[in-house]
Amino acid sequence: MSIYDRAITVFSPDGHLFQVEYAQEAVKKGSTAVGIRGKDIVVLGVEKKSVAKLQEERTVRKICALDEHVCMAFAGLTADARIVINRARVECQSHRLTVEDPVTVEYITRHIATLKQRYTQSNGRRPFGISALIVGFDYDGTPRLYQTDPSGTYHAWKANAIGRSAKTVREFLEKNYTDEAIATDNEAIKLAIKALLEVVQSGGKNIDLAVIRRNQPLKLLESKEIETLVAEIEKEKEDEVEKKKQKKST
Amino acid sequence: MALFDVSGYKSHSELRGQIIGTGVGHFIDRPNQQFSVPVGVDPSGFLKSCSREGGVSIDLNHGTTTLAFTFRHGVIVAVDSRASAGSYIASKEANKVIEINPYLLGTMSGSAADCQYWERLLAKECRLYKLRNKQRISVSAASKLLCNMMLGYRGMGLSMGSMIVGWDNKGPGLYYVDDNATRLSGRMFSTGCGSSYAYGVIDSGYREDMTVEEAYELGRRGITHATHRDAYSGGVVNLYHMQEDGWIKVCKEDVSELIHRYRKGMF
Repeated sequence: MSIYDRAITVFSPDGHLFQVEYAQEAVKKGSTAVGIRGKDIVVLGVEKKSVAKLQEERTVRKICALDEHVCMAFAGLTADARIVINRARVECQSHRLTVEDPVTVEYITRHIATLKQRYTQSNGRRPFGISALIVGFDYDGTPRLYQTDPSGTYHAWKANAIGRSAKTVREFLEKNYTDEAIATDNEAIKLAIKALLEVVQSGGKNIDLAVIRRNQPLKLLESKEIETLVAEIEKEKEDEVEKKKQKKST
Repeated sequence: MALFDVSGYKSHSELRGQIIGTGVGHFIDRPNQQFSVPVGVDPSGFLKSCSREGGVSIDLNHGTTTLAFTFRHGVIVAVDSRASAGSYIASKEANKVIEINPYLLGTMSGSAADCQYWERLLAKECRLYKLRNKQRISVSAASKLLCNMMLGYRGMGLSMGSMIVGWDNKGPGLYYVDDNATRLSGRMFSTGCGSSYAYGVIDSGYREDMTVEEAYELGRRGITHATHRDAYSGGVVNLYHMQEDGWIKVCKEDVSELIHRYRKGMF
């Protein structure tokens, strides 16, 4: 396109780093991931890409544990994500070794973000084409959700979505993330599923869900559990519609 | 750089490591080294040859007594203040406790230069940790940092025996770190050439449920008796008390007066 997207280290006249912005475009092509921070639980949900007939389903995992108390989901280039996850896992253990304490979610997010930034400022390299949602509990029990993007910035969120149709999901979350909506663990999980159902075709079969509860390791929900929850959500929706109909008729 | 990985280029340090081998365990290219050491130099051998009698002798400032113990109300730290160079008393009011931050103390015994330099470096790392992570560093992490610094120069003649004392969100912490990169967590330590005398006193007088005043007295007595018998310890007792909301300096008393209090029948 323009002459300013050749080498990564060159700014364009209006102050853009085009390679970084193209990396963000690559992220927008990835499958959706949503993260929700509850009171005693953090939830990560991803849209499962449909696998080919002969492909083993279990080898395609978009939610990965970085340590016992931290996990992340990503959107974008899977191969790039593998490298980032590997480095983050090593850093989590290295931190445990030198500081004798597990990492805080903010620390590991900062490490990943610094790694990503380094690749936007060296020659001969391109940025990582992934955005990550990093969730977990600090050792003082506070739940955390952070999002990083290819430019190397990171922010804390109460709930966020990345990948394809992230905007739609985020708007849904902005409307529906209330204190009552995350009052219990189950409600928080259902909120994540509801958010994904907005953009995922064919319902519960294409959703992967992981939760971390305080002082408990990462738990990936089985498809049966997800189906049950989806059925509950459907029923609640029908009940809502029924109630509205009755109100109208009286 | 990315090209280096792809082309199989080996940096100078990797090549040198392959040619020369690991040798005496010189971790020459570890990232946090402060001083790069030339290959083939053996500092500890050189130092040994210098303390020969009748030749040029380099006597490092050694000799001290420091002690620390935890009890119900925190941690007591007591140190003497004599700095000696061989049989010459270089200072009678040396400061052997470094105040890293209001919640962390480090004691020094062994070579005064080594202790002062490395513990000040530790203080710098602790300050950087606080700026980066917006949280004070834990006692175990601080002692680990010092221990890793020592590990980088192991076998090269450093001489440092230190206790890192602090109070973090895990409670009171006491770690012993020395120049061999030994790092021990414990409830009572004493270092220096007067430590055996100090251990005798504090071991026999220690009770976990001491009152604060009793603990102060025990710390003072430990140092005083050690300075009485050990030629290389003396001066004043510097006494600190590490509490939940930080350390306080309790007293600074001359041992020649204290010994009269404790050994009434002797003089």
